[in-house]
Amino acid sequence: MGSAGPIGPAFPVIADILVNGLVRSGVYAMLALGFGLVFGVGRVLNLAHTAFYMVASYGILHFVTTGLGTPLAVTLTALGVIAVGLALYKFFIEPVREMESTVLIATLAVAILLQELILVLFGSEVRHVPAAFPGYTRIAGVRLGNQEMATLVLATISLIGTWLLLSRTRLGLAIRAAAQDREVANLMGINVNRVTAIVMALGFLLASLAGAAVAPLLPVEPRMWMHPLVIVLAAVVLGGLGSLKGSVIGAVILAFAEVLVVFLIPGGSYLRTAVALLIMVCVFLIRPEGLFGASATEER
Amino acid sequence: MRSLFACLVLAVVLGMGTCGQVIRIGVVGPMAYIQGEHQWYGATLAADEINAAGGIAIDGKTYTIELVRIDSNEMQPGPDAVSAVERAITAQKVDFLIGGFRTEAMLAMTEVAADYRTIFLIAGAADDGLLKGRVDKDYERYKYLFRVTPVRSTSLARVSFILLGEVMDAFRHELGIAEPRVAVIAEQAAWANQVVALVELMANAPLPFGLGGKHVGTWRPSALATSVAAELSAIERAGAHIVFTVFSGPVGVVFGRDWGRLQIPVAPVGINVEAQAQGWLTATGGFGAYMATVGIYAEGVAVTEKTLPFMARFRTKFGQIPLYTAGTYDTIYILADAIRRAGSLQADAVIQALEATDYVSTLGRVAFDELHDSIWGPGYVTGLGVQWQDGTKRGFWPRQWRPDPTAQPDLVVGYPGTVPYQIPPWVADHWRGAGE
Repeated sequence: MGSAGPIGPAFPVIADILVNGLVRSGVYAMLALGFGLVFGVGRVLNLAHTAFYMVASYGILHFVTTGLGTPLAVTLTALGVIAVGLALYKFFIEPVREMESTVLIATLAVAILLQELILVLFGSEVRHVPAAFPGYTRIAGVRLGNQEMATLVLATISLIGTWLLLSRTRLGLAIRAAAQDREVANLMGINVNRVTAIVMALGFLLASLAGAAVAPLLPVEPRMWMHPLVIVLAAVVLGGLGSLKGSVIGAVILAFAEVLVVFLIPGGSYLRTAVALLIMVCVFLIRPEGLFGASATEER
Repeated sequence: MRSLFACLVLAVVLGMGTCGQVIRIGVVGPMAYIQGEHQWYGATLAADEINAAGGIAIDGKTYTIELVRIDSNEMQPGPDAVSAVERAITAQKVDFLIGGFRTEAMLAMTEVAADYRTIFLIAGAADDGLLKGRVDKDYERYKYLFRVTPVRSTSLARVSFILLGEVMDAFRHELGIAEPRVAVIAEQAAWANQVVALVELMANAPLPFGLGGKHVGTWRPSALATSVAAELSAIERAGAHIVFTVFSGPVGVVFGRDWGRLQIPVAPVGINVEAQAQGWLTATGGFGAYMATVGIYAEGVAVTEKTLPFMARFRTKFGQIPLYTAGTYDTIYILADAIRRAGSLQADAVIQALEATDYVSTLGRVAFDELHDSIWGPGYVTGLGVQWQDGTKRGFWPRQWRPDPTAQPDLVVGYPGTVPYQIPPWVADHWRGAGE
């Protein structure tokens, strides 16, 4: 393969890598945040998380197509996704919540169920969600989509908002208490089931926001949840299961690994996800609990 | 009660008679995707027309065509494709197979067809190796395989080189860029490897034998990649004027959307199957305008007298412009023609008749070479160069094509309805005055 490297001085390539890596980090972090929250705090390994992001993308697509503005479309979609998500949680996940392996299978089943439902309702063709922030801006000579920048901002706001909720509010205290020890939290008068449902609802809300931010950047089709699930799982595990901060940093590492492959090994850019996952495996060899796994208990 | 019973018996007898006069054709494809959907549409249109016209007469008996939809799920790796074809032959009792899409899956599926000595007319997969090295090396085993559409990878590559040459000429003449720089972006799939290797070679070779440009890099994203923004940044950074695309799957949509959305100043041309679809502009959010690709059908371009009527019927029935995989339409007609000439459904007789095919289809004149591959070139199937202009897929090649200016200086090929190629406006604006 005659894969000539990029022409020009090294700095522009570094700028490319930094800017593209940061943008991709925002996309992955947005997806990983909700998943990390539901597992880290709710202790539910919800493999259907990215399927709810897929449903949210279709919801926004549907409402925008019918003529609603993006803010209203996102609000209605978020409400719908939370309602559907909580109903599915109540029927499929809550009854088996204490059995982790069963939760895995149940949430995977929910994801496939949602995929097939969307396939029936919308068909298989690739759709496009219009960007709330169209156009692009040049930063350090790199073309950067405005929607990508918005995603990065939204991911940051979501992260700070979630952190504030967990650390500065009574609800956050209850959530952390329930996550540490459900029995003791129950004895202290916390309605543990209600708290878990709230965490799940927060997760569905973050999935909806991810749909609003990321869907205009990715092809919308019923199987669009599969690839992000791999990345999200990898980011959360790399960061250390249970650590919100770790999930986001894991997402950043994977994103930069992918972008580095594209720029440094152009002819092997199809290997970018594989290389990113390989880095994850290498980290496990040194820290089997993930980057922030050890501090997970403390964080919670 | 007695008359009701008599009616039932009559119906069963008539039904048995009908069952005995049916030719079952399995249409193989990734049915959840547009490529497979159009394989099915093309086949159903042809089968309906043939059945409505009285079916296929063989030895005094009239046969009707019954299609069997075989979802090979070829977009995803796995054993589904082989199982689907084996089930079609053994359980669903198909007499013939047509279609197929992914080379990797087709290699396995055609082995099954060869095992069961079932004729398989390929309509969707391009890799040379599906026939080359098989039909010529072990005729007895692989004589059951023919390819109607598309033409083989190397011929597709030739067409795409010609299109690349057209776009490079546009850069030379309109923008004064003597040696346009070419990047290659190709999905990671077996069929694309030959095309990539050849274009890398040809882009750098001097005129008139090569394309007289400069190859600045090759990027190979996954066929299922969900973003190629980083690849496009790298291509822009490499200083490319033109990006040569080699896409057959959904990544083609991702490319079109990211390229248009970020207004990357490179002109895309090459192979992008998704860009042949009616829903291209919708799928890319309108960002796929000016995408140029090898194609088979284009608005108003009459390759043969059958092309435009077929497109009109296809659009009326399915509301879409046909993709190249809808070449199953011609495939059914070619098979029906061969069965008629053979006067039999017996495989060897039909193979002999297929080998003698000389049929004017919607794609051009179809005849098979010694590898059972559809012949490419002037007077046969050539394919088209298509570009999205003003919301419509227009044909820009062949317009005034001189296939062999040295040996046949008077031979000029052009189809009615073709229009000139247009450099995307923001690309032209970016490079105007940059003549090098």
